[in-house]
Amino acid sequence: MDPHIPPTALDRQLTAEAQRWLTDAVARVGQDPAAVRSVFPAVARRCGRGPLVAGWTVADAARARLLAALPLRGAALAEEITALHRYGDAAEQRAVLRSLALLEDADTSFGALGLPLVTAALRGNDTDLIEAALGPYAARHLDYDGYRHAVLKCVFCGIPLDRIAGLAERADRELARMLADFAHERVAAGRAVPADVWPVLRAHPGTLEASGLPAETGSPVPDRREAAVRALAAYSATAPAGAA
Amino acid sequence: MRIFDPHIHMTSRTTDDYEAMYAAGVRAVVEPSFWLGQPRTSVDSFTDYFDALLGWEPYRAAQFGIQHRCTVALNPKEANDPRCTGVLDVLPRYLAKDRVVAVGEIGYDSMTPEEDEALARQLQLAVEHDLPVLVHTPHRDKAVGTRRTLDVVRESGIPPERVLVDHLNELTVAMVADSGCWMGFSIYPDTKMSEDRMVRILQEHGTERKLVNSAADWGRSDPLKTRKTANAMLAAGFDDDTVDQVMWRNPVAFYGQSGRLDLEDIKADDTALFEGNSIKRGGE
Repeated sequence: MDPHIPPTALDRQLTAEAQRWLTDAVARVGQDPAAVRSVFPAVARRCGRGPLVAGWTVADAARARLLAALPLRGAALAEEITALHRYGDAAEQRAVLRSLALLEDADTSFGALGLPLVTAALRGNDTDLIEAALGPYAARHLDYDGYRHAVLKCVFCGIPLDRIAGLAERADRELARMLADFAHERVAAGRAVPADVWPVLRAHPGTLEASGLPAETGSPVPDRREAAVRALAAYSATAPAGAA
Repeated sequence: MRIFDPHIHMTSRTTDDYEAMYAAGVRAVVEPSFWLGQPRTSVDSFTDYFDALLGWEPYRAAQFGIQHRCTVALNPKEANDPRCTGVLDVLPRYLAKDRVVAVGEIGYDSMTPEEDEALARQLQLAVEHDLPVLVHTPHRDKAVGTRRTLDVVRESGIPPERVLVDHLNELTVAMVADSGCWMGFSIYPDTKMSEDRMVRILQEHGTERKLVNSAADWGRSDPLKTRKTANAMLAAGFDDDTVDQVMWRNPVAFYGQSGRLDLEDIKADDTALFEGNSIKRGGE
């Protein structure tokens, strides 16, 4: 999920009226940061809700532009966007989450101050927000344990792992162990295992074997046995993460 | 028959009510923010309530094929509590939301200076946010309270056609009709206003700018009073088109002035989730 949407991609999607509204809103926010509190919620009906690129909507990108226009830095910036998130609906919260990397790129003093918004999304059950939270900003700032649990949450919620940032760099042996245990649990329940766990396990040989999943092929319960056979076949057919 | 209940507090109602309302023809509702039956003691209680009016409640309504919009405001009763007046500072964030179609309920409860201040400020906010307003009239000393409300509305400079004055009766309808504001009538069991009295008012004063609501809430009230009034209108000889005007087109015209009503035909969808949660109980 690349947060760097080219400005022209957004402008092309806006009607002349929406373009005027957004230009005016950006100017107002630049002069008076408190103005963002009334324009940020209004973005979708003014600019549109349709898809843009890379999982971003028109409204996401327009909201990111408003946040980028805030004449605030560091703690003051964090305070303003945290309040937008607090009073925002799901779409507004998603836009704040998606903008975090851009805000930090433009202002290093912003740093990890947006991290509580990421962890709040990870505590919830809204898969849209979880996915939005796990962009490059989360990949930079979550500690190892937090990142591993975030990946596990995605697997539980059915969020494809190729939509989250930083997996190639941050998938370690402990994450592979957690995913192997998860796969074993699924097999023991006679259920299918999401395909995107296999590349991580392949990249850490031995983790699958240590999980006890292979032994399920000898289970007296037919469902478990069959689930284990299917899981091992899928594992064998998968290239390790990072391999071309 | 299609019905738009322009004033109902669904937060206090059950899923059975939603089912019965849909069966009676209700397809859209507006839920004004109001007093919850006991005092709130902080601004945060209000914002959590506003969030529910914009989040969980429209989700619940949609499960039953009913579109839900709301109005937000600091209500007159709690405007008297200094712990709550900070709501006025956070309101601009909420008045910008897509599902907020008016400022309300505002108005008078006991006609105190604090209520004057909250009413004037919120009429100003309505002008700034280009929203209509829903004005509550007091249950005690109603005629005097209604007259004073109309004076304050006039002084605020908001156009009268953007104001709905609610909870009217035989003694207050004429002055509101003369003011150019819209007229709301809350039909309750036993008290205040009944279906038959409502029909007489419509016969006498016409159906222009008249809205009928159930104002159903946590008290003794009936969310089907809109339909029952429509039936009483038909029985009294009003035709289908006039019933549709009062029960659908008038509320759509009034709240449509927000530019945000945007009603679409929704189908009940019991597979949808709100923030990953559903109205189903565990195990289903």
